[in-house]
Amino acid sequence: MKLNERSVAHYATCDSPTDHAGFLRKRVERHHHHGHHGTSYQRRWFVLKGNLLFYFEERESREPMGLVVLEGCTVELCEAAEEFAFAIRFDDAGAKAYVLVADGQAAMEAWVKALSRASFDYMRLVVRELEKQLEEACTSLAACRKSPRRSSSGRRRHLSNPALPPVQEKQHVLENGYSTWGSPDREGGHTKPPPLPPRRRSAAGSSVPALQESPVSPETTCFAKLHHWYGQEIAALRQEWQERQKRGHP
Amino acid sequence: MRYNERELLSLSRQPAEKAAEILMRVPKKGSVLKKRLVKLVVNFLFYFRTDEAEPIGALLLEHCRITKEEENVFSISFIEEPERKYCFECDSEEQCQEWIEALKRASYEFMRRSLIFYRNEIQKMTGKDPLEQFGISEEARFQLASRKQ
Repeated sequence: MKLNERSVAHYATCDSPTDHAGFLRKRVERHHHHGHHGTSYQRRWFVLKGNLLFYFEERESREPMGLVVLEGCTVELCEAAEEFAFAIRFDDAGAKAYVLVADGQAAMEAWVKALSRASFDYMRLVVRELEKQLEEACTSLAACRKSPRRSSSGRRRHLSNPALPPVQEKQHVLENGYSTWGSPDREGGHTKPPPLPPRRRSAAGSSVPALQESPVSPETTCFAKLHHWYGQEIAALRQEWQERQKRGHP
Repeated sequence: MRYNERELLSLSRQPAEKAAEILMRVPKKGSVLKKRLVKLVVNFLFYFRTDEAEPIGALLLEHCRITKEEENVFSISFIEEPERKYCFECDSEEQCQEWIEALKRASYEFMRRSLIFYRNEIQKMTGKDPLEQFGISEEARFQLASRKQ
C-alpha cells in the first residue's frame, strides 16, 4: 500500500508540536537459519506527534527510519528481561508488538502515559466533551438573564465567583476562534462554537460597571442584591452584543 | 521509511467518517482521473479500486492544503510540495463542499487547536480548567504557548 511518505517524513521533522520525544531502546528479533532467534535492542530517537510515533536512527537524522501508527493499540508495561520495558500491542492479534525500553522509571511512565492518550479517538472525545461544556457554560450564562427570580445552586456558584477577573483581551478572534498555524490555508470550521457573550472590558472602556466597583462584596449575605446586580450587568452586556450583531460584527 | 502497514490496512477497514466513489487523479506525469472508493478514517484518506478490499494507498492528512479547484473539483496538496496535487472530481458541487469541509477538519493538528481554543474559552468563562478532570492539564501539547518546540 502506498503512503505519501515524503509528506509524512516532512511532518515528522518539521517544527509542529511534538507531544513527546526521547531515546528508547527498541527490541529487534533476529531470526537465524536454524529457527532460533536472538533478541537485541537498538537505541533510537523517538518522536511522538499526534497519533504517529516516529523513530530516527540518530537524534540528528533528517529523516525518520520508521513510523508506528497508533490507532487500535494499547500500551502496557511488560515482563521482559529488561527493566523499564513497555509494549505497544495492537488489537489485531496477529500483529507484532513493539517492545520499547526507557532509561528509567520516570521516562517509562511518561512514555506510557503519552502513548496511551495518543489516539485520534481519544483526542476527539476530549474535544467533544469540551465543546459540550462550552455550550453548557454559555447556556447557563444566558439562563441567568432570563430568570432572575429563580435561584439554582449552579447559577449561584457561577454568580458568586467574582474571582472571574475583568479580562483584558484583544477582541481579536479569528474565524472559528483560533488562529491558523503553519498551513497557508485557513481551515474551515466544524460546528462553530455558539456565539459567546462579549468579555467584560476594563472599567475605562465600558459602560458596564467593572467588578471592582460593585456595591456588594462577595461576602454579602444578601443574595438577592448580588443576583440583581449581576443580572443588570449581563442584561447590559447582552444588549451590547445584540447591537453589535445587528451591525454585522461577527 | 518503515511503517506498520498491517495496522494501516486494519485502519482502512474501520468505519469511515466519510466514504464515496469519486474520480481521483494522482500527481504523476500522465495520470488520468480514475474512479476510486475514497475513505476518510481518522487523519488518513484511503483510496481503493472500487472492486478491491485493500487500498491502493493512503494519504496522511497533516500539513495538507485542501483547495477548491474548478466546478465539482477539489485538490489535496502538502505544504512542502504545493504543486503536487491529488485531484478529486465529485458528482456535485454539494458533495465537493462536504468533502472539503470534512478534510479540513480531519487532521490531528486541527483537533489540537480546537481543544486549546475550547479550553481557553471555558477557562475564561468559568475560571476552571476543563482538562483537570482528565488529568491532562499539564501536558505540553495542550498549552497555548506550545506551538513550536
